Amino acid sequence: MTDILPLEPVRRTFRDYPKKPRKIRGSSIAILVFLTMCALFIAIPLYVIIVTSIKEMSQIIQGEIFSLPTKVTFEPWWKAWNEVCSGVQCEGVKVGFINSLMILFPSLVLSIGLSMVTGYALALWNIRWAGTFLFVLFTAAFVPFQIIMIPLIIMTGIIKVYGTIWGVAIVHAVLAMPLLTLIFRNYYKDIPNEIMSAALMDSGSFWRIFFEIILPMSGNILIVVLILQITSIWNDFIIGLYFGGIGTKPMTVILANSVITSRGEISYNVDMAAALLTAIPPLVIYFVLGKFFVQGITAGAIKG
Amino acid sequence: MPRVEFQNIAKQYGRVTVLDELNLDVDDGEFLVLLGPSGCGKTTLLNLLAGLVETTAGKILIDGRDVTDLDPKDRGLAMVFQSYALYPTKTVRGNLQFGLSSQKLDRTEIARRVDWAAKLLQIETLLDRKPSQLSGGQRQRVAIGRALVKNVGVFLFDEPLSNLDAKLRTEMRLEIKRLHDELKHTIVYVTHDQIEAMTMATRIAVMDGGVIQQVGTPDEIYEQPANLFVAQFIGSPSMNVLSARVESDGGKPVAILDGFETRIDLSGHATGDALAPGTAIVVGLRPEHGEIGAADRPAQIELPLLYAEKTGGDATLFLKTSGRPFAVRIDPAAAGGVRAGEAVQVGYAAEKFNLFDARTGRRI
Ligand SMILES: Nc1ncnc2c1ncn2[C@@H]1O[C@H](COP(=O)(O)OP(=O)(O)OP(=O)(O)O)[C@@H](O)[C@H]1O
Ligand SMILES: [Mg+2]
Repeated sequence: MTDILPLEPVRRTFRDYPKKPRKIRGSSIAILVFLTMCALFIAIPLYVIIVTSIKEMSQIIQGEIFSLPTKVTFEPWWKAWNEVCSGVQCEGVKVGFINSLMILFPSLVLSIGLSMVTGYALALWNIRWAGTFLFVLFTAAFVPFQIIMIPLIIMTGIIKVYGTIWGVAIVHAVLAMPLLTLIFRNYYKDIPNEIMSAALMDSGSFWRIFFEIILPMSGNILIVVLILQITSIWNDFIIGLYFGGIGTKPMTVILANSVITSRGEISYNVDMAAALLTAIPPLVIYFVLGKFFVQGITAGAIKG
Repeated sequence: MPRVEFQNIAKQYGRVTVLDELNLDVDDGEFLVLLGPSGCGKTTLLNLLAGLVETTAGKILIDGRDVTDLDPKDRGLAMVFQSYALYPTKTVRGNLQFGLSSQKLDRTEIARRVDWAAKLLQIETLLDRKPSQLSGGQRQRVAIGRALVKNVGVFLFDEPLSNLDAKLRTEMRLEIKRLHDELKHTIVYVTHDQIEAMTMATRIAVMDGGVIQQVGTPDEIYEQPANLFVAQFIGSPSMNVLSARVESDGGKPVAILDGFETRIDLSGHATGDALAPGTAIVVGLRPEHGEIGAADRPAQIELPLLYAEKTGGDATLFLKTSGRPFAVRIDPAAAGGVRAGEAVQVGYAAEKFNLFDARTGRRI
């Protein structure tokens, strides 16, 4: 028994390999510098706006726009929300906030709904002149809004929606259609042919296939379009200004008016606070949906 | 179960003619396989029948009814696609139910049919899963289930097994065959796999270049190929073809193989103009019909061995010719006896060789 040699387990010591030094190449430095400049370009004005909005007027008139507030005050924010005057009305930008919300929802539904269905029809159904239609639509995307504005005012007047929320919503939908239709069409083009063939044999109904098969497959692109549209509708000034009625001016218009119609001493801090209040909603949307936005843009094809 | 008839079908994509003057009848309860190389128009023909592609000319009848201009859903067909084409956002149950959406059925009937199909295909435990949570074979079953629930008479399959691995393919082949035996649907099945065609079909339509070359039972197609294309397309390794010339030997027609001394006695074959002296013909010999070592058969060939290939149960000798190697299937036990370069004697019985007109390629 003893003459059997015990087997030594094989042990191995691993060498420490030296870490490879990281090289920073010239091109990456250039990119970093460029990105930093881009960030500063946005960050510096933003900083000024934010600090100004919480300073007291007495500090602001000293003219040092970069200095930190000596005394932090939120009164300008309160004033901007509740008391700022737009024309004769002095109820703050909150009126505009509510109007903007009331404009936002119908505009979203109308613009996304319309272009989604159009994109679906163009991509997945055999439609005569589909190519021509797409070309015309695409050309329309390059027509400046100012050119068609007056005809549009007359047309919305004829169908009796001028000066109402629906007027604004319809104009938003019309203007967004070229781009959004193209986005949806390209997305739906990637749906495998055989899925559509199967649906044609199973149901054959345009709307049923849309609601039961295609819409549930549109999650990614819907988020992308939703963010695009919320931002552009919320930030819109010109459509709201010309197509909104007296009681339906969006927040951006109220903001502009309030800055213009300051009486007596100009309250920069209140103006800044009002501007920030107006900008907050799209920012919130970005923070909440931003992750999906990137996913949606990079997702591309739909896997079966 | 309904009959399907194609009458003078033509299909053009722009200026490209894919199918022309095509006629084909599928009897009720028949399992017809469309077989042909890639790009020959099989899918096109199936899509025409399904109504997914419009015909350029001609008529399609199902059960005597002209369906040429009907919508796909109104033709009384069900189809199984190569990529399964399951709806990714629906569960298995939802997929099966959507298959019924063009038929106005009440809820209990829908549930009954879904349960019936699920049981038949053994996918009952998968009903609440999404397609992405299924294996390839399971997806294929669901795709078949979605077609089955419709309870229609005609089934279309477009290469349904080509995305499966070899073992699963054999299983599913048997499964589809079993379903056909049980339910007796009329089936049109597209494939480019001849094993599938030979094992499943009651009749095969061999296509090439948009033309149906031959329609017949698997045995007919194999034993009596109508032309050189069919002869060489069916069978693996494919049929050996040797060009020859007909001569008269004391009133009897004989074929002199180009490059060989041997003369092949053709008196067993139909005589007449087709075998007039001087006609150029092609002699087709199946690898498995050759007899090694036999010296007194009507067709006798001697060639040096190039190499031997063993695949488990059988072996194939490849003999050297001026063109493609000449294949002979033999018993693997005998394969060890011959060396490369040695001459091999192969004999063929009279009824075992196929003759084709060299000019037209047609069978004589
Ligand atoms: N939409 C189309 N436009 C133009 N040509 C087409 C179109 N669809 C098919 N074809 C052509 O028609 C011919 C037949 O195509 P089809 O898809 O029927 O072939 P197939 O026999 O199914 O081949 P495979 O075995 O590769 O699936 C091909 O040459 C193809 O290029
Ligand atoms: Mg095909």
